[in-house]
Amino acid sequence: MYDAWKILVGLAIFLGLFTFAFWMNAGKAAPIPEPKIDTPEIKKMAEAERKCVEDKHFMRTTHMQLINDWRDQALRDGDRDYINKKGKKYVISLQNTCMKCHSNKKEFCDKCHNYTGVAPYCWDCHIVPEEEPKGNES
Amino acid sequence: MGVKVSLSVSLGVVLAIVVVALVGGEVSTLQPVFGIFVPYAAFVIFLVGFIYRVVDWGRSPVPYRIPTTCGQQKTLPWIKQNKIENPSSTLGVIGRMILEVFAFRSLFRHTKAEMASGNIVYGASKWIWLGAILFHYSFLIIAVRHLRLFLEPVPFFINGLDLVDGMFQIGAPTLYLTDLLLIGAVSYLLVRRLIVPKMRYISLANDYFPLFLILGIGISGVLMRFFIRVDIVSVKELTMGLATLHPVMPEGIGAIFFVHVALISTLFAYFPFSKLMHAGGVFLSPGRNLANTNRAKMHVNPWEYPVKIHPYEDYEDEFREKMKEAGIPVERE
Repeated sequence: MYDAWKILVGLAIFLGLFTFAFWMNAGKAAPIPEPKIDTPEIKKMAEAERKCVEDKHFMRTTHMQLINDWRDQALRDGDRDYINKKGKKYVISLQNTCMKCHSNKKEFCDKCHNYTGVAPYCWDCHIVPEEEPKGNES
Repeated sequence: MGVKVSLSVSLGVVLAIVVVALVGGEVSTLQPVFGIFVPYAAFVIFLVGFIYRVVDWGRSPVPYRIPTTCGQQKTLPWIKQNKIENPSSTLGVIGRMILEVFAFRSLFRHTKAEMASGNIVYGASKWIWLGAILFHYSFLIIAVRHLRLFLEPVPFFINGLDLVDGMFQIGAPTLYLTDLLLIGAVSYLLVRRLIVPKMRYISLANDYFPLFLILGIGISGVLMRFFIRVDIVSVKELTMGLATLHPVMPEGIGAIFFVHVALISTLFAYFPFSKLMHAGGVFLSPGRNLANTNRAKMHVNPWEYPVKIHPYEDYEDEFREKMKEAGIPVERE
């Protein structure tokens, strides 16, 4: 090979860049996040009533679009009524509806958002809920 | 091949991959094939093929300096040399290569010939440069952004890139600017081939295929992010399995994800065999990476061997007697 060392250095850089993720992860396990749904508000509910506004699959994949639509509907149109797919009515409010049950932002929202590198801009306007200083029982 | 055949073959192959992945992605027993085996196989083909092609080029001798020169070469001290377009030193070559690789300088120099009142006129034409540079940098940012699915914890610079790319906070999840730029730029590059008669004349199936493929990757990705949504946590579970070499196949990932992955796998596997190898080839282009030292330095052909010669003295030694007999004069008796 002509100019062998230049080409080999180039190929080494190429290989290093493209296998970067393998080296970074070598010997590491990547635990799957488990968002906690054991807040006092959820525990208070009967087993059958422990339902989010929409079904689990929809919430997992599409909650961000739902919340975005909620914002537009509540703040731009002044309409705070949401009827879900089963016909049940909810009040559109992040603080009073979503966060009423999911009061554990650190153990719920942040788990998956940090895992997938998502930085939602909810908290640009909303106040981040206080959690930890209240002790164990809350 | 006519344009209709080229177009239908390249578009047909891309659509066939989409259909196969759509159908296969719905079958749970086939999911590990599309989610684990195909990506791994494509990635190995890509790495091995890429290195093979580069080593193959490296083994080809380039005995003489053949840079494309488009400026004044180094000459008398009072004539100004164009050190970038006609480099005579390694430093000049490095400068030229950096501009070529990072700024696509040779595309920037693209001109267009037109007839203006009976004369041929050459004018600047930057559209191809703009389309190419937007496409390449968007693709680069998109690829780097995807590392959020392959690294845990996600490094700060990838989170930062994500924020900058979605800085207008349009919708949720936020619209990425590079998604728009990539699809726009690839569409431009495709339309350009189709509507400019000269471009259409020289375009082949292997020109259209990568454009359709990349357009398919972009569209399937955008669909997955904004319209046919999948559970990103399950997706990362799969991608982290691939990156930690402990592949797992989580349940419940939608078929659109397998379409996206199948198209990307095709791009990876196709890469070393195609014109896409210009990514490695640009570094090994003798037209760019050589200094114009043709006459300043001695360049020896590496395959040069001692040539067998037969000078007149030897000839005469061999045939002296016969020459004398025939009466031909000889120089030495």
